[in-house]
Amino acid sequence: MAKLTLDELRSKRAEAQKGLYLREGEFRGKVIVHMGTCGIAAGARPIVTKFLEMLEKSGRKDIMITTSGCAGLCSKEPMVTVEMLNSAPVKYVELTPEKAVRIFQEHILGGTAVATYALGMGSERGA
Amino acid sequence: MAVRRIELMLCTGTGCVAGGCFRLKKALEEEIARHGLQDEVSLVATGCNGFCGQGPLMVVMPEQIFYGWLKAEDIPFLVQEHFLKGRPVKKFMFVPPEKREPIPLLGDIPFFKKQMLLVLRNKGVIDPEKIGDYLAREGYAALEKVLASMSPEQVIEEITKSGLRGRGGAGFPTGAKWRVGRAEKRIPKYIVGNCDEGDPGAYMDRSLLESDPHSLIEGMTIAGYAIGASRGYVYVRTEYPLAIQRLQKAITQAREFGLVGERILGSNSSFDIEIREGSGAFVCGEETSLLNSIEGKNPEPRQRPPFPAQVGLWGYPTIINNVETLANVPVIINRGADWFSAIGTATSKGTKIFSLVGKINNTGLIEVPMGITLREIVYDIGGGIPDSRQFKAVQTGGPSGGCIPASHLDLPIDYESLRGVGSMMGSGGMIVMDEDTCMVDVSKFFVQFTNDESCGKCSVCRDGSDALLEVLTRICNGEGREGDVEFLEELGAAVKDASMCGLGQTLPNPVLSTLKYFRDEYIAHIKEKDCPAKACRALIKYYIDPDKCPGCMLCLKNCPAGAVQGQSKHIHVIDQAACTKCGECLEICPPKVSAVRKLSGREAMELRSLPAPVPVREWRARRAQESTTKAG
Repeated sequence: MAKLTLDELRSKRAEAQKGLYLREGEFRGKVIVHMGTCGIAAGARPIVTKFLEMLEKSGRKDIMITTSGCAGLCSKEPMVTVEMLNSAPVKYVELTPEKAVRIFQEHILGGTAVATYALGMGSERGA
Repeated sequence: MAVRRIELMLCTGTGCVAGGCFRLKKALEEEIARHGLQDEVSLVATGCNGFCGQGPLMVVMPEQIFYGWLKAEDIPFLVQEHFLKGRPVKKFMFVPPEKREPIPLLGDIPFFKKQMLLVLRNKGVIDPEKIGDYLAREGYAALEKVLASMSPEQVIEEITKSGLRGRGGAGFPTGAKWRVGRAEKRIPKYIVGNCDEGDPGAYMDRSLLESDPHSLIEGMTIAGYAIGASRGYVYVRTEYPLAIQRLQKAITQAREFGLVGERILGSNSSFDIEIREGSGAFVCGEETSLLNSIEGKNPEPRQRPPFPAQVGLWGYPTIINNVETLANVPVIINRGADWFSAIGTATSKGTKIFSLVGKINNTGLIEVPMGITLREIVYDIGGGIPDSRQFKAVQTGGPSGGCIPASHLDLPIDYESLRGVGSMMGSGGMIVMDEDTCMVDVSKFFVQFTNDESCGKCSVCRDGSDALLEVLTRICNGEGREGDVEFLEELGAAVKDASMCGLGQTLPNPVLSTLKYFRDEYIAHIKEKDCPAKACRALIKYYIDPDKCPGCMLCLKNCPAGAVQGQSKHIHVIDQAACTKCGECLEICPPKVSAVRKLSGREAMELRSLPAPVPVREWRARRAQESTTKAG
């Protein structure tokens, strides 16, 4: 490949930084997709894929997509919990990829929870 | 690049490679593909993570969950539980010694908490074979800054102001060295990165090259610009194949990008780097021997002055810096001298990498700010001594350093304080010793090492180390004589004074420092024929206590020398003439029995064991009778 100039080095670095955000991140938000056996059976995998797709499109580096076990409400799976910095977590139930798109745009990017899909605010108390 | 939700930072430093991490890698790739997670979960092969005692290990990003002691057969379960179903697996997490609850997150593990990462800022975070990963972490930003906005003099001024000193051992101010190199008018000039790491138990430089080779390349290139050198050599031991391979790859990538080579980044500066492999002679770590080795001559030291900065490789000005020193340079340029010099003590700035090994719970590679105390390193980071044994001493500086006793545990570490207690910073080896370590044996070990490695040029080093070794061996064998201690001190001082290079000048340090702090151990060996640590084989005896031995045959069956006599339900007796003192009987005897004892000194000399095995019942009856007679 051709040798870089100073400017080309800078743009190369900016490009490379996109690939590393999981390792250094300062995260403002977290999407937890519940992936117990029930969640997987109810279709949680396409939800994960949809969120990842939306995240990539948005270019945001401060959102973490992660999974966790069964949320305890198996009949309402697939479920996700959205945790944004400085606000209470919100649980969404009976998700579809379409609903996921709306949640991503309105809640994660827009900052307003999608009340119609939400089960409720907050989490169970720990022991 | 597609967005992923998990990145697995799999350690592929030499320790973990030996532990089978490439088998883990294969298993992970297979399992991830089996669950169709390859677009969501990616695997990054990093350099040494540092917590080598837990290897093979892996850190799961973005949460930073730390998994240690992994085996390939654990992987299917781990992938399904954690990466598919999102349930981190407790049984692979780190559990602190003598505790039960695991600590899931890397940042909460005490081993990592007290560290400060400047030189190792990228360890475990980047793939050392990908230049893009390094670029993303401010890589080559310092080089960019230097070429765009700083004169060579300004670079040297910045390094001088930062207070950076040589990390190879002696602690010479780096800026001052560079200034001498800059002032030389003759060309060509050279930069040499010294990675000839030879201290037993030390692997700082190797890990640096394995985990972040570009930081060395960037530091060297900046040094080249500052001094006006056109060529650099990295001198690495051949027995570091992984470090060499990664560095070579990194140099090739940097050259393709125009970060080294002709007209760097379109500027008028040119600097290229070449690797020179050494065959592992300890003396090559000494800078002038290293120069001879690069030139293809016998690695013997040269007379100084003239110093290499004036007359170095092939007679031309040459700046030799330890690779850790050079890897500090990009950090200083990026963050500024003021920021850097705020870290550390009055005379020693920044951080130091140590390899923490020996009798310590958390074995590994650590980077700590100068001024941290030994106690913090041993107890907070290192997690203390295994099996609740007593801390005895810590050896720093390798064969050139000394042993620091428990009374100096609160010593804040820097170049001066270590020298003040008779040791030295050295390149960063730190060997922890417990009550079972004999200090005479330790100094014998190090003198044996330097005696083997002495190049032989100076008779005082060559023959002096012979004589030291002979006396130390005699003492350990129980043949010490009156006057030996004084002889060791006198000869040690002479070897220090009269040797030409650092190897000879420092080789008596292990002897002199143990004589200073553990003199009574030498005296006990010589006068009482007693090894207080019960480590010197010639001075110990194993003995089976007839009052405790149930005649279970365990030690008898396991003795490799066949020295235990007896039969079932008979009290066992060790045949001292046949015993090789391997200690197997002591290890195997169950704790609730603990009939085997290790004796030394008077106890060993006056030992009267049973002449032959007797039935346990008969012995007990005899003892019972004895006590009634006494009572009556």
